[in-house]
Amino acid sequence: MRLASSLNPAAAQHGFLSPTGVEIAFLLVGLVTFGAALVTVTTRQLVHAALWLVVALGGLAVEYLLLTAEFIAWVQVLIYVGSVVVLLLFGLMLTKAPIGRSPDADSGNRWAALTVAVAAAVALVWVVVDAFRATWIDLDGPPAGTTRVTGESLFRHWVLPFEALSVLLLAALVGAIVLSRKATADADASGPTAGPTAGAAAGPGATSGPKATADTPVARPGEKEGAR
Amino acid sequence: MHLAYPAVLSALLFCTGLYGVLARRNAILVLMSVELMLNAVNLNLVAFDVWLSRAAQETLHSGQALTLFTIAIAAAEIGIGLAIVLAVYRNRGTSDIDKLRDTAEGPETGGPDSSEAEKAEATA
Amino acid sequence: MTTTALAALVPLLPFLGAAAGLLLGRTAPGFVRPLAVLPPLASLVLAALVAVRQGGGQAVDAHTELTPTGSVPIELALHIDGFAALVAILVAFVATCVQIYSTGYLRDDPRYPSYAALVSLFTSAMLLVVYSGDLIVLLVGWEVMGICSYFLVGHYWETPEARAASLKAFLVTKLGDVPFLIGLFALATDAGSFRVTRVLGAVASGDLHHPTLIALLLLAGVAGKSAQFPLHTWLPDAMAGPTPVSALIHAATMVAAGVYFIARLLPVFEASSAAMVVLAVMAAVTMTGSGLAALAQDDIKRVLAYSTIGQLGYMTGALAVGDRGAAVFHLLSHGAFKALLFLAAGVIIHAAGTNSLAAMSRMRGLRDRVPDAYWTMTVALLALAAIPPFSGFFSKESVLGAAEHVVTGSTDHAPGAAGWIVLVAGLFTALLTAAYATRLWLLAFRGRGAEAPDHGRQPLTMTVVLWVLAVPSLAFGGLAYRSLPGWFDGRDLTPTLLTSILSTGLALVGGLLAYGAWQRTSALSARVPAAPAPSFEWERLQGEAAAHPEGDASLVEAHALAGHGPAYRDLVRTADPGRLLLGPLYRPAAAGFHLDAVYAALFVRPVQAAASLVRFLDSAVVDTYVRGAAALPRLLGAAVRRAQTGNVQTYVSALLAGTVVLAVAVVLVAAGA
Repeated sequence: MRLASSLNPAAAQHGFLSPTGVEIAFLLVGLVTFGAALVTVTTRQLVHAALWLVVALGGLAVEYLLLTAEFIAWVQVLIYVGSVVVLLLFGLMLTKAPIGRSPDADSGNRWAALTVAVAAAVALVWVVVDAFRATWIDLDGPPAGTTRVTGESLFRHWVLPFEALSVLLLAALVGAIVLSRKATADADASGPTAGPTAGAAAGPGATSGPKATADTPVARPGEKEGAR
Repeated sequence: MHLAYPAVLSALLFCTGLYGVLARRNAILVLMSVELMLNAVNLNLVAFDVWLSRAAQETLHSGQALTLFTIAIAAAEIGIGLAIVLAVYRNRGTSDIDKLRDTAEGPETGGPDSSEAEKAEATA
Repeated sequence: MTTTALAALVPLLPFLGAAAGLLLGRTAPGFVRPLAVLPPLASLVLAALVAVRQGGGQAVDAHTELTPTGSVPIELALHIDGFAALVAILVAFVATCVQIYSTGYLRDDPRYPSYAALVSLFTSAMLLVVYSGDLIVLLVGWEVMGICSYFLVGHYWETPEARAASLKAFLVTKLGDVPFLIGLFALATDAGSFRVTRVLGAVASGDLHHPTLIALLLLAGVAGKSAQFPLHTWLPDAMAGPTPVSALIHAATMVAAGVYFIARLLPVFEASSAAMVVLAVMAAVTMTGSGLAALAQDDIKRVLAYSTIGQLGYMTGALAVGDRGAAVFHLLSHGAFKALLFLAAGVIIHAAGTNSLAAMSRMRGLRDRVPDAYWTMTVALLALAAIPPFSGFFSKESVLGAAEHVVTGSTDHAPGAAGWIVLVAGLFTALLTAAYATRLWLLAFRGRGAEAPDHGRQPLTMTVVLWVLAVPSLAFGGLAYRSLPGWFDGRDLTPTLLTSILSTGLALVGGLLAYGAWQRTSALSARVPAAPAPSFEWERLQGEAAAHPEGDASLVEAHALAGHGPAYRDLVRTADPGRLLLGPLYRPAAAGFHLDAVYAALFVRPVQAAASLVRFLDSAVVDTYVRGAAALPRLLGAAVRRAQTGNVQTYVSALLAGTVVLAVAVVLVAAGA
């Protein structure tokens, strides 16, 4: 605990109580981002979670800007906010996720998860603060992350990894297609067998309530309609 | 700017994502949490890159380059991940992670279910 | 060819014959008989040639060391003195006779090829023992003989008696062989060599440090192999084998190997007077005990087996008084007439369809059915009883004469006590021998009752062999006793007057006693014919034997073996002169003085009790610990299995918790906290 005890004087020495404007902005946006992330992982409405994720990712983009990494910030906005979240929303829809509050968004593992997460957070924050309590980023001078600077370093020093990355993306594309095609093929093959069982499960589910559990996919649309 | 700000924010975001990965039931929510964790790492990379590009001579901007790579890989990962989730959903009728317990141990958990299913088939 | 090469061929030929017989037995049955008969015959010729060349003079010695074998070298060595040359002739002679006889005796036996090959292998091993000049090579032959005996005794393995007898023979002889092996090692360690000549040289120069211990250890092996008290119990049971095997192995040759071994290493035994006395006591107990037991046996082959034990007792007695010439002389003559006795008994069993003397005594005219066996057996029995012109007389007199020499103190080879023991026991046994020989003859050939069944003429191969063997039984002793000392160590083998008169007189008395008793019992049984009338069982057996008139003799013997036992108990009660002669001793003598029961009580039951105790300890105590040791891992396993819920998130939670703990630990260590 020697580390923790030596934390306070060091912070005070570097004017922790007199932050600059950039720092204040960073702190506020950081709070918003963190709050949005917390809501993302705790909310019971699945679509809301995706939307709060947009807020968190946008907040991060702002943080990148504050750190003078403008190219990264725009890429973040384009790819994450523009495509990844859209993909996730598509996924939610395709898996017939319920719109509105779902009571079982969290698994029974949440208390263990909370413990692990809090412990990890405490350990990480403690280590990071203890390691960098006297380190300052100099944000003056030429910006470190303009498009020009980034492009130069990327196409001068990182060409080969960049090209390899394109191959990886291609592979991922092909893999995703193969997976979904295979899934359809499997669905076609198992269709005749899966169909009757689903129907059999839906039949009693409609007539007798107790048997229609929320787990079954067929019961879920009914629940969804009820929520509407 | 104090380096601790982005570092602590990144750590907190990472642990938030961690909680989500461990606690969420829906597979797509788990994927979202993974995105959060990746972004926390990205923030770390950018912050340290900015710091080091001032402090050191030749950094090649490796932090930003890696961030870009991470973003690209994250995009690929989310595509593949969603494809897998969809395939699982089509096969199993659910994307709840704690329902996918095929690796569970032995007859105590798997045995009664399968025997019940067999019985149901036999009676049907 | 040199004498050495000839001598090496002598054991080699039967060995090759055995190998070829085993290989060709199934594919080329036509070769089996020549392969069985010719190698022993060639060996006989070669052995005779070797004997002629050696001529009783200087011993032929040759040795070669194939490879260095550690501290004490093992060499392929020949040591052929007069003893070895003559004993080899006997072995080859009897083996040839038995092989020829077997072609007739087992002519329909499906296992004849393997039988003949084993007999050849046995012959080879015995010749190796006889010629070998190295104790380890001798041991090899010794053990090969043991295993051949095991297989041949168990030839009729369908019968439980044969199985039990073969196991018993093997185990009992092995019981003696273990101390024998240790004794050989001790001897070689003291002498620095396994070579017989070197060992004898070491004895002569007094280099032997523990003569008594070595002699007693070797004696155990000899007692097992030569069926001497207390390890003799396997031999009567070994008669469950085919009769030719009994003739070759359990009468003429293998059982004589022990005697031959002592004769070869007699100086080692003479170095310890305690061992000589032990040898004498062993011989005396064996002689008298086996004589009494032979008088009470009903099975004709068991009578002969006990008589073999007794005659081997004579030989060890001769060795106990330090006269190996007499011992080997008796070995040679006994080998001839005992082989003849067994082979003739085989013919009789074939003719009578039974091996029970009591059953034979109820048959009229058995001797007319088998005239060859009748005459030759008479000759052999006279030789056995040591009646003067026959060969047994001369050899037995040489033994008794040697004992008398020791008693009168005219030699310093052996302690006087040994002489007295051997002399008294030998004279008493002469009486017993004559008595049981007479009883055997009377019961077998002077039966009264139903006509003996007619099985036609015996095969020529069997009867010719009998006559061939009858020649040495008749004349060998008288012709040889003058010339033999030249072959042996020069000791005079001429009968002395006193012992000759004494023993011949005793033999006559024994014969007359048996005759008188037989007269009485047969009169008694004639007077009450109804009580012991042939039982139903006996009728059945008779019918069975008669049902196979054309079947070969071994088949009849196998039937007789299987049927012998309770069926004859009533018959035995009546016309047995032995019962009258022995009185209260009859019952224990018939059971071999219950030695087997004593051994069972002393050794078998304690071992079985210990085994059941060990089994109890193993299953109840040790296993409990083992199961207890398994319980904890099983419990842990169940606990760990419980963790395998299949929920991936739980797994990852545990994984990350561990990671956090490790990271914190690493940080703390790095910070030096």
